[in-house]
Amino acid sequence: MANTTIIQTEGLTKVYGMGDILVKALDGVDIHIEQGEFVAVMGPSGSGKSTLMNILGCLDRPTEGRYLLAGQDVSGLSNKQLAAIRNRQIGFVFQSFNLLSRTSAVGNVMLPLVYKRGAGAPPPAERHERAMAALEAVGLADRANHMPNEMSGGQRQRVAIARALVNNPVLIMADEPTGNLDTHTGHEIMKLLHDLHSRGGTIVMVTHEPDIAAQTQRTITMVDGKLADDGHGRRQ
Amino acid sequence: MTTATDILTAPSLPAAEAAGQAILDADGMIPAREILAIAWEGVVRNKIRSLLTMLGIIIGVAAVIIMIAISAGTEATIAEQIEGLGANLVFIQSSFMRGGPGGGNSVNLVYDDTAVVASVGGVVGTLVDQTTSLSVEAGSTTLTDIQIVGTTPDFPSVREVTIADGRFFNEKDLAQTAKVAVLGAGVAADLFGDADPISQQILIGTTKVTIIGVAAEKGAVGGVDFDAQIYVPITLVFDKFIPSQFARFVGNNVRMIYAQIDEDADMDTVIQQIEYKLAKSKGVTVEELPFTIQTQDDVIETRGAATEAFRNLLAWVAGVSLLVGGIGIMNIMLVSVTERTQEIGIRQSVGATSTDIRLQFLTEAVMLSLVGGLIGVIAGVGGAYIFGATSDMRTVIVPSSILLAFGSAAAVGVFFGFFPANKAAQLDPIEALRHE
Repeated sequence: MANTTIIQTEGLTKVYGMGDILVKALDGVDIHIEQGEFVAVMGPSGSGKSTLMNILGCLDRPTEGRYLLAGQDVSGLSNKQLAAIRNRQIGFVFQSFNLLSRTSAVGNVMLPLVYKRGAGAPPPAERHERAMAALEAVGLADRANHMPNEMSGGQRQRVAIARALVNNPVLIMADEPTGNLDTHTGHEIMKLLHDLHSRGGTIVMVTHEPDIAAQTQRTITMVDGKLADDGHGRRQ
Repeated sequence: MTTATDILTAPSLPAAEAAGQAILDADGMIPAREILAIAWEGVVRNKIRSLLTMLGIIIGVAAVIIMIAISAGTEATIAEQIEGLGANLVFIQSSFMRGGPGGGNSVNLVYDDTAVVASVGGVVGTLVDQTTSLSVEAGSTTLTDIQIVGTTPDFPSVREVTIADGRFFNEKDLAQTAKVAVLGAGVAADLFGDADPISQQILIGTTKVTIIGVAAEKGAVGGVDFDAQIYVPITLVFDKFIPSQFARFVGNNVRMIYAQIDEDADMDTVIQQIEYKLAKSKGVTVEELPFTIQTQDDVIETRGAATEAFRNLLAWVAGVSLLVGGIGIMNIMLVSVTERTQEIGIRQSVGATSTDIRLQFLTEAVMLSLVGGLIGVIAGVGGAYIFGATSDMRTVIVPSSILLAFGSAAAVGVFFGFFPANKAAQLDPIEALRHE
C-alpha cells in the first residue's frame, strides 16, 4: 500500500474568546498521520483533544495554522465545503452513537448517501444496497429495519460504524467509541475497528482508557493544547 | 453490486484525489423528493402535535371558505330576486324616492307614466306593483298576513306567472277599480281546498272581492313565494287597502315602473328612448329628468356593493385567523428545532449543509400548512354545505375561494417557517451534536 499522508497539520492553533480572556485550546499542533494508521489521542480533559478532534473531523476550523486532509488544504474552506468534506471523506463514530432515534438502522446508515450530491450521488436503489452492504460488514444485516431503541448499545455502535463506512471515507474519526459500552461490548467494537484497520482503514480515536489506547499502533498525547507526545517517541 | 468486503476495503486515495474539486461540490441541491421525505417524517413523527399545530390553519382556511360561501350565497339570492322579477327588465324609479312627492312643479314618477313607457318601441310589457299585507276570509277560513299585490295586467307575462284557471284582470278592470282578485295556487288551496274558487267571493281586509282567476304553481323565487300571494288591480290597492293617509300622500305616484324589453332589441337604445319620451311628456330635458333607469345587471351590481363591505369584513376576520395559525406553526417549529438540535447535529456531521437543514424545516412548515390547508378545505366545504342546509342563510361554495385559502395557507407556511428554519440552519454542528 502506498504511504500516503492522510492528516498533516502545521502549527494548528485554536483560540476561543471567553469574555475578555482568550483561551488557546490548541497551541501550535503539528500532526502527521499516514494512510492505514490507527492512532489514539489521549489527554486529560481540557487538554484540547476535543478541539483537535473537531478540527480534524472538519466540524471546526483552526484559528491559525494549516490542515491538509488527504493532501487538500481544508483549513480555509467554507461551511458548505466542510460539509461536503465530512460527507465524502470522513466517517464519525461517537461515544453516544448519535443515531436518529425514529429512523431504522438502514435509514441511519443511508443518511450520508442522502446528503451526497453532485458527481457520484447514488440513486435510491443503490443507496439501500450500499447501506445493506455496510450493515452486513458490521454483522447487522438482519437488524436493518430495527429502530435504535430496539437495539443494544453494541448494536447501535455497530450501526454508527456502518454509517461511518458507507461513503468509503479516507478517515474514520472515533470519539470515545467504547465510552458508553460495557467491557465485553467495548472489545467487540474495538475488534471491528481493528478489522477495519487491517483492511487499510485510517482511524483516529479519542479515548481516555489507556488499555483501549494501548490496542492502537500509536498514541498521541495532548496536554494544555500542545502535543505532549506524538507517539513516535518524540516530544515537542 | 456492493459487497461487505468492498465496504471494508480502504478507499483508493488516487480516486478521491482525482475527484479533486468535486469533493468540495456542496452547491448542488439534494433531490426535492429527498427533502420531502425527510420533512414528511418530521410531520408524522408526532401526529397529535402536528394536528394541533395545524389547527389554526385548518380553522383559518375553513373560515375563509365558509365566509366567502355565505357572502356569495347572499349575492346569489339578491341576483335571483332581481332576475325573478322577469327577464330583460329595466327599472325606472324616481331619483327623489326618499324625498317623497313635492310641490306642483316637481317631476314625479306617476302611474300614468306607465303608458308613456309602454309606447316606446322595444318595450313589450310594463308593470307597476304595490304590495300590502292583510288578512283574507273565505267562508269560515281566515288567513292572516297574506301578501296582497296590487299590479297591472302585464304581470303574468313579465313575472312569468301562468293562469291555471279563469283569467287575469285587464285594463278595463284597472280603470274601473274592479273588486276582483287572482289567487296564488297555495292561497287558493288553503281557502277553498278542492272546490272551484272562480266567481267565489272573499273578504280582503274589509273589502269584498270576486275571484276571477287562479295562478298555476310557481313556487318561491328569490325568497318570494308566488303561490302565497293574491293579485288585485293596483288601483284597488290605492283605493281600498292602503291606509288613506298614506294614499293621499302617495297620490298616484309609483315607486318603480318595470319595463320588459324585447329580447332582440338593443337595451341601451330602448333606455335612451324611454328617457327621451318621459322627458318630453314631463316637459324637461333628458338631463333634467329626475329618474334613474337601470337594467337588472345594474341593480344586482348596486345591491352587491352593499354586501361587499360585509364580505371584506369577513375576509379580514378570516385573514387574521390564518395569521394566528401561522404564528402557531412558527411557535411549534421553534420548539421543534430546539428539541431536535441533536438530530440537526447528526445530519450536519454526515454532510448536511445549512441549506439542507433550512430546506428541511421550511418544507416541514409548508407541509404542515398545506396538510392543514387541505383539512381546512374539506372542513370549509363541508361546513359551508351544512351551514347552508341547516340555516336560513344560503351558501354558495366559490371554487376560487378554495384556491385563495389554500394559497394563503402555503404562503403562511413559507413566511412563518422561515425564521425557525433559519435558526436550525445556523446551528453550530459541534454544539448541536453535544446537545442532549
